Amino acid sequence: MMMKSDFWRAFARNKGAVLGLVILIAIVVLAVFASVLFPGDPWDMATAPFQPPLSDDALLGSDMLGRDIASGIAHGARVSLLIGLTSTAAALAIGVTLGALAGFHGGKVDDAIMRFTELFQTIPNFVLAVVLVAIFTPSLTTIVAAIAIVSWPPLARLARAEFLSLRTREFVQAAITTGQSNTTIILRQILPNSLSPIIVSASLMVATAILLESSLSFLGLGDPNAMSWGYMIGAARTVIRQAWWMSVFPGLAIVLTVLALNLVGEGLNDALNPKLARSRG
Amino acid sequence: MTTTPLLDVRGLSIALPPGADRPLAVDNLTFTLNPDEILCVVGESGSGKSMTAHAMMGLLPAPHVRVAGGSLLFKGKDVLTMPEAEQRALRGGRIAMVFQEPMTALNPLMRVGRQIGESLREHTDLPAPARRARVVELLAQVGLPNPAELAEAYPFRLSGGQRQRVMIAMALACQPDILIADEPTTALDVTTQKQILDLIRSIQAERHMGMMFITHDFGVVAEIAHRVAVMRHGKLVEYGPASDVLNRPQHPYTRQLIASVPHYIEHRDDHAKAGAPLLVADKVRKVFHVGGGLFKKSKEVIAGDDLSLTIHPGETVGLVGESGSGKSTLGRSIVGLIKPDSGRILFEGTDLLSLDRRGFRPYRRAVQMVFQDPYASLNPRHRVGDIVAQGPVAFGEDRAKALTRARELLAMVGLDGSAADRFPHEFSGGQRQRIGIARALAMEPKLLVADEPVSALDVSVQGQVLELLDDIRRRLNLAMLFITHDLRVAAQVCDTIAVMRRGKIVELGTAREVFTHPRDAYTRSLLDAIPGKAWQIPDDLQQVPAGAH
Repeated sequence: MMMKSDFWRAFARNKGAVLGLVILIAIVVLAVFASVLFPGDPWDMATAPFQPPLSDDALLGSDMLGRDIASGIAHGARVSLLIGLTSTAAALAIGVTLGALAGFHGGKVDDAIMRFTELFQTIPNFVLAVVLVAIFTPSLTTIVAAIAIVSWPPLARLARAEFLSLRTREFVQAAITTGQSNTTIILRQILPNSLSPIIVSASLMVATAILLESSLSFLGLGDPNAMSWGYMIGAARTVIRQAWWMSVFPGLAIVLTVLALNLVGEGLNDALNPKLARSRG
Repeated sequence: MTTTPLLDVRGLSIALPPGADRPLAVDNLTFTLNPDEILCVVGESGSGKSMTAHAMMGLLPAPHVRVAGGSLLFKGKDVLTMPEAEQRALRGGRIAMVFQEPMTALNPLMRVGRQIGESLREHTDLPAPARRARVVELLAQVGLPNPAELAEAYPFRLSGGQRQRVMIAMALACQPDILIADEPTTALDVTTQKQILDLIRSIQAERHMGMMFITHDFGVVAEIAHRVAVMRHGKLVEYGPASDVLNRPQHPYTRQLIASVPHYIEHRDDHAKAGAPLLVADKVRKVFHVGGGLFKKSKEVIAGDDLSLTIHPGETVGLVGESGSGKSTLGRSIVGLIKPDSGRILFEGTDLLSLDRRGFRPYRRAVQMVFQDPYASLNPRHRVGDIVAQGPVAFGEDRAKALTRARELLAMVGLDGSAADRFPHEFSGGQRQRIGIARALAMEPKLLVADEPVSALDVSVQGQVLELLDDIRRRLNLAMLFITHDLRVAAQVCDTIAVMRRGKIVELGTAREVFTHPRDAYTRSLLDAIPGKAWQIPDDLQQVPAGAH
């Protein structure tokens, strides 16, 4: 069992991960205090259209309808983080449950679940997400559901692999011989020991989910009531040559968030799987 | 005969990185190795014996572990101060090494012949055809059949013993003056071990090499050593001719090590079988299907066939066999981890195999298991107290009560009460095995299945755990099925012994019969392969036999 202080020391050794964590915290603060920093609806007209950055009442400029870009980014952070986290949580719930059952029971159960998983893996992620959202009218819930449905298979495979290898370990066999129920063995014996790699890939999955959401919004399949980074870029693409700031700043926000999540994921990997950590000079 | 020593180690010290459990892995070590002799370096894990060999071969994990002082003279020249190129020529050329693990020491993607040829190419200027001929000659010398054919094979086609022979052939390729063997037989079965020891001894005598043989087993020492160096915590504690060290050990640590060598105790009382048998295994058969898929037929491996034995209350039955003999399969069938294909396992008259999950549950309590690997058998994320209490809690016992009982049991197996609040990683291998035993005892079993419970432990710890098991089974009148590959261990603790080979029981009898009048040829060859059987442990170090008072 790794102690907390060891964990932080290993995490902090990776400078990139610390930087990522700082960026991520900044984005979370921005999202939480969006309505304090930028009161009012981000959809409302705040100033004249096509204001360049650093103009009087719009720090990052305004779009073609005079909406404040900075306000859009702050409110968009809410949507991005919310969708990233909830869809990952949903994907984890589906993936880990199925993977755990497949890995623990093996045999026919495993075969059935894995064929089902492969069915999802053969369909291109993004196309499936687009189709799902298009069928069930775009809203936050359907977007989260669509993203979760397309992203659980890798988690299921990972959980299955962990369970398959841990199931044969002697402490699990000891649990069987001492009469513990399957549920107890899965939840108390195996799951805690298989969490490290799952946490790492979940942290990377948040980044993928944010990208997916942005792509959906870019195509106009976002929630029409929620300001989102992808929507901002999509709306500004027609005027990109006249007003670069409309797409560049939301784009930067996406890049920074995804980068930060990837750095944190890498740091978690180093801290949770010390044996696999790449040696650093 | 006065010869200059081949190897002269003077005051060698090897430093460990700061934060290790001691500052020096090897502390001021001095010994010599003469031509034409076998020096056995004996010690338990962590004694620094392998470090010494690795320092000679330049295998220390630099920069964390480094030589801190002293010198290593090869024929009067200090290896440590030589230029890098000269050191390299020495290693593999003049000094060669054989490793412990034959399964990982060969490159799996390279043909055997080429791997041996590599060091010839490196150290000699033989042309390619001559090298190939030499490789075949070497393979023949280490007693491998069809050497020409074997040179073209990949390592995965060879057994463990064959791989170890290939490793020896590789080490001999350049006719070294010194051969260092680091536990070369530890990973092998006992009959294979005997063959390899015979081979090593004859090759050494033929070539008059100096040989440094690292081992933890005094039986092996008795078999081959000319001189012995005993190491403990990086220090040399005893050093002298083999006959002196083996028969008149001086240092208390050497005496303790020799006393814990498991051995057959002649005057152990036969077990008096009383009443109905507790467990009867009747014609148990288990076939594993390996490989195969939707369109491919799987291969059948018969792990156990026609296995029958009985265990009476209070009796310890030893199940002895080499790896792959099916001994664990039978043990696991009895505790219900494996479902046999046919046969019956009767526990107090009830056939366990006919029961479904629910019906089997009450018997789970009665039959408990102690596992082999103390590092894998405890969940690293649970506290020791919880680990011991989990079983009774699963059977509906009050948690607080189960935890109190866990503390009592931990005390019973010789751990102090605070152990319950700590995590498994804070304990040594022997202590963890005690925790595993406490966990099994928490269920108040009638039968304990112990699957190689001491094979992962050091000799002196092995002795303590065996003693504990023996003590507990007598105090609680437990029946025990003791699975082991080591006949000496079985001899020490078992009343009855069943010898298994290739999924069948070939001999079944009291320990006394099996050891003094073995009937089966295979049992005889197993007994014959026990290392150091010609050596009698000094009388004052013989253990008090269990069961005799």
